Amino acid sequence: MSPESPALGPRGADRSVALCGVPLRGPVLNGSGTFDAIAARRAFGDALLERFPFDLFVSKTITLEPREGNPPPRLWETPAGLLNSIGLPNKGLEGFLATDLPQLAELPVPLCVSVMGFTRDELAELVERVDARDEVSLIELNVSCPNVETGLIMGADPDETARAVERLRRLCTKPLVVKLTPNAVAPGAVAAAAEGAGADAVSLVNTLKGMALHPRTRQPWLGGGSGGLSGPAIRAVALEQVAAVAGSVSIPVIGMGGIASGGDAAEFMAAGAAVIAVGTESFRDPAAGRRIGDELAGLADHGSGKHRTEGRAPAPDRGQGSGAHADPPS
Amino acid sequence: MTEARTLAPPERRLAEVLESRRVGAYTLITAADAGGPADPRPGQFYMLATGAQWGGGSTERPYLPRAFSFARARPRPGGGADLDFLLEDVGPGTHRLGLLGAGEPLALVGPLGAGFGPAAGDRQPVLVGGGIGTAPLLCLHDELIEVGAAPTVILGFRSGAHAEAVALFEREVTLSTDDGSAGRPGLVTEPLRERLEGGPPATVYACGPPPMLEAVRALCAEQAVPAQLALESGMACGFGACFGCVVPTREGYIRVCVDGPVVEGARLRSALVAGGGDQG
Repeated sequence: MSPESPALGPRGADRSVALCGVPLRGPVLNGSGTFDAIAARRAFGDALLERFPFDLFVSKTITLEPREGNPPPRLWETPAGLLNSIGLPNKGLEGFLATDLPQLAELPVPLCVSVMGFTRDELAELVERVDARDEVSLIELNVSCPNVETGLIMGADPDETARAVERLRRLCTKPLVVKLTPNAVAPGAVAAAAEGAGADAVSLVNTLKGMALHPRTRQPWLGGGSGGLSGPAIRAVALEQVAAVAGSVSIPVIGMGGIASGGDAAEFMAAGAAVIAVGTESFRDPAAGRRIGDELAGLADHGSGKHRTEGRAPAPDRGQGSGAHADPPS
Repeated sequence: MTEARTLAPPERRLAEVLESRRVGAYTLITAADAGGPADPRPGQFYMLATGAQWGGGSTERPYLPRAFSFARARPRPGGGADLDFLLEDVGPGTHRLGLLGAGEPLALVGPLGAGFGPAAGDRQPVLVGGGIGTAPLLCLHDELIEVGAAPTVILGFRSGAHAEAVALFEREVTLSTDDGSAGRPGLVTEPLRERLEGGPPATVYACGPPPMLEAVRALCAEQAVPAQLALESGMACGFGACFGCVVPTREGYIRVCVDGPVVEGARLRSALVAGGGDQG
């Protein structure tokens, strides 16, 4: 296990951090479902591995059974953002373990696998099977889906979240990250419930619910009806939720939501994030994660310089937390 | 089909606009892409944005880059290529790109996707283009001429102003327009049917709006002619990250950006894509 994460110094300095005991070369992750390293390698070849944009790779969410995803159209550009209705297409657990995981193991960074189940039994099977694989360093629970047994969105309800995490915690030897949905009444309460049930970290935010209408017909544009909003359009909402959650838990917080620059990343860390993730910005530039990491390291001062990657540190002073870095947000 | 894919550098880079000129209803932008490969494959595409002032227009867009097949690529002496892109102003992104002038930066990622593959056996190439879909057929045409093939070119446009893009071919083409203001009135499928029924065995290469592509796909299926169709779909990233640009095939959804954009017609039940292209 790595020692307490060092302050992130100027360019060229050691940027390494540890997240739940997993040593990382830097603090920049990808948001689940925003980067397909296997497809990107088809487009960019092995240069992608030599200049890999992230310090920890988070897989697209896998489910027990294969999913085709939602009917197109799946995308809508909004002011400074993107609305999507993708529907978690994936090969299913067996396909992922047999085909994708060996390829993801070739990446130069540790791997976090995101899983989602429609019942607690499904989740248990997913977590047990993924946990058994040495290529995997962490497991993330995508709880932004309905539990078909209760009809509740797992991540929208503290009790639902706690019940799911409690059982999985016992089955899982690896650090367990709970990906929070911003579409909850009180994300801080859900985060605290996850922590109480044994989660090792929380990540947020997932996309915000949104909708677009066809300009002529006024019918929903997206094949799935409604979708999830991401990009700079949601950054202020995400920052507030990260701060609220960081004030509610002692486990590390993985912050994300519209981060497009090192200055944005520094704000999320000042708000209490231990590490940050880049999502939609990678669509505009596949190397965005690397650029943001460089910019972050280049900032002379980006807050306290101490970020909670090992947990149990005092909550940040949120009254001053977001104004401490040198550069204004872009 | 052998995959026609030149790899892209794994980051966005800036090219310098050398020239922007009107070609009828279109704008042809030439940019010096010193940091990219010299040999993109016909049918591959680039994600384009302006290097400055992308976004913040009257609709607070564009935000995402826009996908464009390159029209022509000429290797640069110092490395990389001079790239031609044909634009039509159909939304905030294409509008902003059309305002670029010489010396300004063009941000790009590419070349991306799989381009046109070689014709099967001794079949003769027939190129069918509609509107802005003419663009990737230009470099394909040049390449076929270079290897000694004699491609037939059949193009369709909405109007005479759009049809001025025909001049870019510098060779004789069969032209039709919707309104009959240039060439013969009607759709490209009429001259295509005449060629397929009356000429030697052909391979069809097509790019254009979904209804045209679907008509070409159906005709080629009926005539048992192999067809390579360059599809268009709204994209966010261009390299398989967002899963947004899928189209249905006989084997399920595929991502146009990494599994296409050039797809064998036989893989499709229909080339009509729900929601059509992007938001311009």
